[in-house]
Amino acid sequence: MNPSPDMAARPPIETVDLTDAWSDTPLVPAETVAGRSLMLVIAIMTFLAALTAGFAIVLAGAARDWRGDVAMEMTVQVMPRTGRDLDADAAKAARVVAAFPGVAEARAFTRQESEDLLAPWLGAGLDLSQLPTPRLIAVRRDPKAQLDEIGLRAALDAALPNAVLDNHGAWMQRLDTMARVVVGAAAGIFVLVLIAMALAVSFATRGAMAGNREIIEALHFVGAADGFVARQFQFHFLRLGLRGGAAGGGAAILLFLVLGLLSRHWASSAGGEQAEALFGSFTLGWSGIASIVLISLGAAMLAGLVSRAIVFRALRSFFAAPD
Amino acid sequence: MVRFENVGLRYGMGAEILRDISFDIAPRTFQFLTGPSGAGKTTLLRLILLAMPPTRGLITLFGKDSQELDKAEITALRRKVGVVFQDFRLLDHLTTYQNVALPLRVQEREESSYRAEVMELLRWVGLGDRMHVYPPVLSGGEKQRAAIARALIMRPQLLLADEPTGNVDPSLARRLMRLFQELHKSGTSVVIATHDLALMDQFDGARRLVLGDGRLHIYD
Ligand SMILES: Nc1ncnc2c1ncn2[C@@H]1O[C@H](COP(=O)(O)OP(=O)(O)OP(=O)(O)O)[C@@H](O)[C@H]1O
Ligand SMILES: [Mg+2]
Repeated sequence: MNPSPDMAARPPIETVDLTDAWSDTPLVPAETVAGRSLMLVIAIMTFLAALTAGFAIVLAGAARDWRGDVAMEMTVQVMPRTGRDLDADAAKAARVVAAFPGVAEARAFTRQESEDLLAPWLGAGLDLSQLPTPRLIAVRRDPKAQLDEIGLRAALDAALPNAVLDNHGAWMQRLDTMARVVVGAAAGIFVLVLIAMALAVSFATRGAMAGNREIIEALHFVGAADGFVARQFQFHFLRLGLRGGAAGGGAAILLFLVLGLLSRHWASSAGGEQAEALFGSFTLGWSGIASIVLISLGAAMLAGLVSRAIVFRALRSFFAAPD
Repeated sequence: MVRFENVGLRYGMGAEILRDISFDIAPRTFQFLTGPSGAGKTTLLRLILLAMPPTRGLITLFGKDSQELDKAEITALRRKVGVVFQDFRLLDHLTTYQNVALPLRVQEREESSYRAEVMELLRWVGLGDRMHVYPPVLSGGEKQRAAIARALIMRPQLLLADEPTGNVDPSLARRLMRLFQELHKSGTSVVIATHDLALMDQFDGARRLVLGDGRLHIYD
């Protein structure tokens, strides 16, 4: 015998899972909160925030390493002058510098080395003796001793008319500025991303409140305080934030791990040294990963707090006027 | 415990639904609020609940001017008042049990501390075997009883019931009315909004507040 259509159309009645019957069903139903799309937005925003923070950390680290390397080194340029023997001048300059206190090592580039250095720009097989190129002397400071740069300059001037000491100060300044601009821009992007996320959460909260107006009203009438009502919403948004933050932060960490592996791979291949020189070894390190985890948790907290604040603000005007 | 002085109310820019309403509800009293459909009974109850401010006049609740209450005081006040809404206002995604337990849950009491009490009340109103059912599958009368149980669970000092017998058969209506009378005898002030004359005639001695043309007439 077929059940009557009427019977079939009825929703199931006594099929509730009794083990769950007493448990606390969320007072604001999860499906009334724009969950999936908001979680995706939070995930993407967390990913972007983590990415900017991660790149800023990598770049700031690379700049710091670079600065340390550059600060330890100086160069003396010996200019070619007609009527002077460049090789002899270079050797003399190297001797003067090497003897100066606070200098660990001074090494004149041979002509061959200078040619190799310029080969990528001027082509192989070039003969430097035809060109008025200066000879370089690489100077390494003694990290444990003070170096009197002005004294060194004076000593060089006294010994040779055509030697110039370059302490890379201009370079370091530019490097500093660049690092600061990059980190500042990253901080700006970071803040914008967080603001966008807060706005998305606040829109979603308003939507959820509008959709649950009757529930809010009923809760108030049975004696719920605003804080209690706000917590019912906060619960959902904190959960969404935790999930979205974990997804976004996890993706960012994964990306940095992959980039780290790739950069290690590149480093062993041609051209890798330049990338490495620019970006360091491209590893975030534990502190970087910890920052991303913190950012993800922060995203969840932000979602929870924003929804709480919005609910409180909305509740203040909830029963202000007859509707 | 409730005092209205020259209270008027209009919705938006419309005409005044209530005009110059003045009355008192004393502790431990029983009264009917009546009047034709659309007279403003539900509106009057909403004013007592502070669901909206009056357009003019003074409402005093438990000795306090309603305009000077802050949020926390309003919440405390609502916990002393039980309400049965004309349209029940049960939450569809909660079981009957959870709906009735809601006033306790919003006070963040431990569920185990009130479970037995809620179950007993549910059995008392004849919903013992409908405890884990959701409101959409309850009959109109069952919803009404669930709404009444929710209003009573806190043992309120004041009970406001809007057409609490509108959806039940006469014998159940009498049973529910006896329940309200029991409540009244145990010390609760009861206000029952109804236009069921037969029902009121069964309680001939009760005070009647009659709304008509926006005005209130009181028959003690
Ligand atoms: N939110 C509202 N906005 C505008 N007008 C409203 C609103 N609520 C009620 N009214 C109007 O106020 C008047 C009184 O309504 P109310 O619900 O208080 O009547 P009632 O006495 O409870 O009627 P019933 O016996 O049918 O329940 C009606 O004319 C109604 O249309
Ligand atoms: Mg009504």
